[in-house]
Amino acid sequence: MTSVRRALLGATSVLWLALAANAWAFSPDEPLADAALEARARALHAELRCLVCQGQSIADSNAGLAQDMRAVVRERLAAGESDEAVRGFLVERYGDYVLLDPPVKPETYALWFGPAAVLVAGAGLVYVLLRRARSGVGAAGGAAGGPAPLSAEERRRLDALLDDDS
Amino acid sequence: MADEGTRTPAEDQAAAKPVSPALRLRYLVPVFLFVALAAALGVQLLTGEPGKVPSALIDKPVPAFSLPAVQGFEEAGGFETAHLGQGEIALVNVFASWCGPCRVEHPLLMALAEAGTVPIYGINYKDTPADAERWLGRLGNPYARMGADVDGRAGIEWGVYGVPETFVVDGAGRIRHRHVGVLTPQDLDETILPLIEDLRG
Repeated sequence: MTSVRRALLGATSVLWLALAANAWAFSPDEPLADAALEARARALHAELRCLVCQGQSIADSNAGLAQDMRAVVRERLAAGESDEAVRGFLVERYGDYVLLDPPVKPETYALWFGPAAVLVAGAGLVYVLLRRARSGVGAAGGAAGGPAPLSAEERRRLDALLDDDS
Repeated sequence: MADEGTRTPAEDQAAAKPVSPALRLRYLVPVFLFVALAAALGVQLLTGEPGKVPSALIDKPVPAFSLPAVQGFEEAGGFETAHLGQGEIALVNVFASWCGPCRVEHPLLMALAEAGTVPIYGINYKDTPADAERWLGRLGNPYARMGADVDGRAGIEWGVYGVPETFVVDGAGRIRHRHVGVLTPQDLDETILPLIEDLRG
């Protein structure tokens, strides 16, 4: 029973792997002959958003538009443009949205630095609260923590009480 | 003063920290913060159209493009940048025969062309020439000019990511509005036509 199931599982896994590999291999694009240029094109593909599928880069997408955009990137690199210029060409037409990593500029400060700011603010708050709690212990005369040291007057009265007992 | 030492710890605490209403409110601050954050995120989540990409081309001049005529409509000529911005406000509609929603909005474009309110130019996006010819032959041609963008490069110039898309171009050749998706009579009446009125001053 288990062996049959295991065999079945194995067979389906192999089938899925084969299909996945097939999907991976799907690339109708013509790579550039120059290996260095092609590497730059691949790097750019990975950081540009496919506008149709939106969650994917154009490197990962089989959408027609992604295919066209890959070709545009290759053409422009082959024509001698810098990575920056190619990026700029697409940003001009599709906006910053086409970049998977949003650029750092005033409108995106909250996005880039917000989490760090919240962390720092939280740490500051914890620090202040802890300090206040500690100084509060001293002021309340040991009400919420260990006992405060006895004053001279208290020490004297305690000694007197102890003496009484003996 | 001599009384000091005889107080119980509980009394001591009550004397040192009177629980004022303000202090009690302070415990609610995290709750308020949470509610505010949840509301802000909720509004963002439930409103707006996550699929719509903000256009980078608004108020920019129309991009450089030059398209040949669509098969079967050669006598009308192609469509290129120079046809826009000649002092005339125009609509530029990106369409394809393989695009279902384009068929939905097509009657509206036909009516608009018949009314002569505003010239409509067409970009036939990544279509098979024979299919485009058949589609336009069957449904009618609302376009004053049309260009065949077989490889989709003009589409990229225009920042097109889905069809249909409709742009409003002013008399100076600037893109003033972009509509992604099917153009409905409501879009026309509430956005496009008032904008054209506005531009005409």
